[in-house]
Amino acid sequence: MNVLIDKFDVFAGGFWLTLQICILAAIGALVLGAIVAVLRISPVPPLRALGTGYVNVFRNMPLTVVMFFAAFGLPALGSNADFLRIPVLDSLFTRLGTDLPYFRFALIALVLYTAAFVCEALRSGVNAVPAGQAEAARSLGLTFGQNLRHVVLPQSWKASIVPLGSVIIAMIKNSALAGFFGVVGDLSATADQLTGAEGYAFIPVAIGISIGYLIMTVPLGALLDRIEKRQAVAR
Amino acid sequence: MSQQTSVLYDVPGPRQRRITLISSIVAGVVLLVGAYFLIYQPLDEKGQLSMELWGPLLDPSNENFSQVWDRIGLGFKNTLIAAALAIVSSLVLGTLLALLRIQLKSLTRLRFTGVATPVAYLLRGLSTLLSAITRVCVEVFRGLPVVITIFFVARGFPEFGLYFDNLWYLVIGLTIYNSVVIGEILRSGMEGLPGGQAEAAAAIGLSPSQTTRMILLPQSFRIMLPALISQLVVVLKDTSLGFIISYEETLNIGKQIIGVLGNPIQVYVVIAVLFIVVNYSLSKLAQYVQRRLARGRKTANTPAQNPPPAALISQAEGGGGGGGGGA
Repeated sequence: MNVLIDKFDVFAGGFWLTLQICILAAIGALVLGAIVAVLRISPVPPLRALGTGYVNVFRNMPLTVVMFFAAFGLPALGSNADFLRIPVLDSLFTRLGTDLPYFRFALIALVLYTAAFVCEALRSGVNAVPAGQAEAARSLGLTFGQNLRHVVLPQSWKASIVPLGSVIIAMIKNSALAGFFGVVGDLSATADQLTGAEGYAFIPVAIGISIGYLIMTVPLGALLDRIEKRQAVAR
Repeated sequence: MSQQTSVLYDVPGPRQRRITLISSIVAGVVLLVGAYFLIYQPLDEKGQLSMELWGPLLDPSNENFSQVWDRIGLGFKNTLIAAALAIVSSLVLGTLLALLRIQLKSLTRLRFTGVATPVAYLLRGLSTLLSAITRVCVEVFRGLPVVITIFFVARGFPEFGLYFDNLWYLVIGLTIYNSVVIGEILRSGMEGLPGGQAEAAAAIGLSPSQTTRMILLPQSFRIMLPALISQLVVVLKDTSLGFIISYEETLNIGKQIIGVLGNPIQVYVVIAVLFIVVNYSLSKLAQYVQRRLARGRKTANTPAQNPPPAALISQAEGGGGGGGGGA
């Protein structure tokens, strides 16, 4: 059990790095996912096809493949994702600016993959709005944009918050994959290093790593359960 | 999809149709130009479209073609084996877990009248304890990333003298995670059933365990079939995590091919297409089943028409972790 105390800073550092990936990827995925969702419900068929194609491709592909693409395909194209070195962000999240680009690659893969699910969660929220609401809005003469802005979206975000939360929890867990793709020092890479190279006993390390992930996932899940129950009553 | 479009906008009139047509053409042109400059040109510039790189995958006359596809076929077979084993064992274990949790829940409500008071307290404490333990196990295994579970299994089992093939480490890791998820899907299915089902069963004299086994579980399977099928997709995607314990599944073999031929983009495209085709058909199957179920129901508002969002979203997990869970 000494590992947990001796290497506390390693565990804490791993936790912090995983949290950084999750925060950045969540922001990216929410933005991209919202864009894809808009594409998917827009009245223009080619844009809709683009959105649908995006969702089908990324939803049916293992995240591992997306990660491999990012980690080995991008360098083959001569890119090391420099566009992610956003000036203020990279001083906040220092790994964004480092020369080993795997943090950025993992981020790209997570964002691309999660965005497809964010889009579906948002769309499920739009679907949950009773048809009568949109019909009433249309009969008042609101245009598509007005209808979305004033009637449908305000109601849909409430319905999509639970599925969105589930997507974010899934993303937090998916971020564990980054450690196996060259991101040094996140929780999963820490597990690998401590039990493998440094030869610490397995069980305490496993407990430490598990606690790290459970801190992020379990409270969020409990919160979602509560929101879901509240909504069920409200309906 | 079609239903939703009709919610947001009316059947378009002539003017709206013209606007849609014009903006479609504009959008189409913009997309094509964008695809050319953002996808085709960079690929072409780096020589990624050359037959030298694609040949082994697409050209049957290429010297490496048959060997490459033999390997990919082997990898895909291994993927399917692992997925099949994992799905069968997690279905069995998940059903047992769901039964256990439902039983324990009804046990904790039981007052054990008729036995001596201390024994009754003991039994009640025991059932509460067991119920809490299963709850904690569910939360822990659902909250851990599946990669980490597989990694722990592969690293931890040998420490306790349990040596298996890599296949079994992968299957055990996947089973631990997915049986919990499937258990929760089934449990939330049973709890979502109209209360009258259990009441009617009790009224004709079935015991709680008979009620669960004969009335609730079969219906829960039926309602949750779409969610279970999408869980299949998740398992199939998750087998690709076998690469971390060097199980020879599709992706790992792809890595080996790339090691020899040096064409990462091409090989990953092919593998991605394989996965997308299989998983897309499975998702379509799930949708079809869901429509069939919704049509078959006479009563309004049964869970078949409103599957819990957690079940719908469970697919987000594939390839590295999970989310959601029971309602």
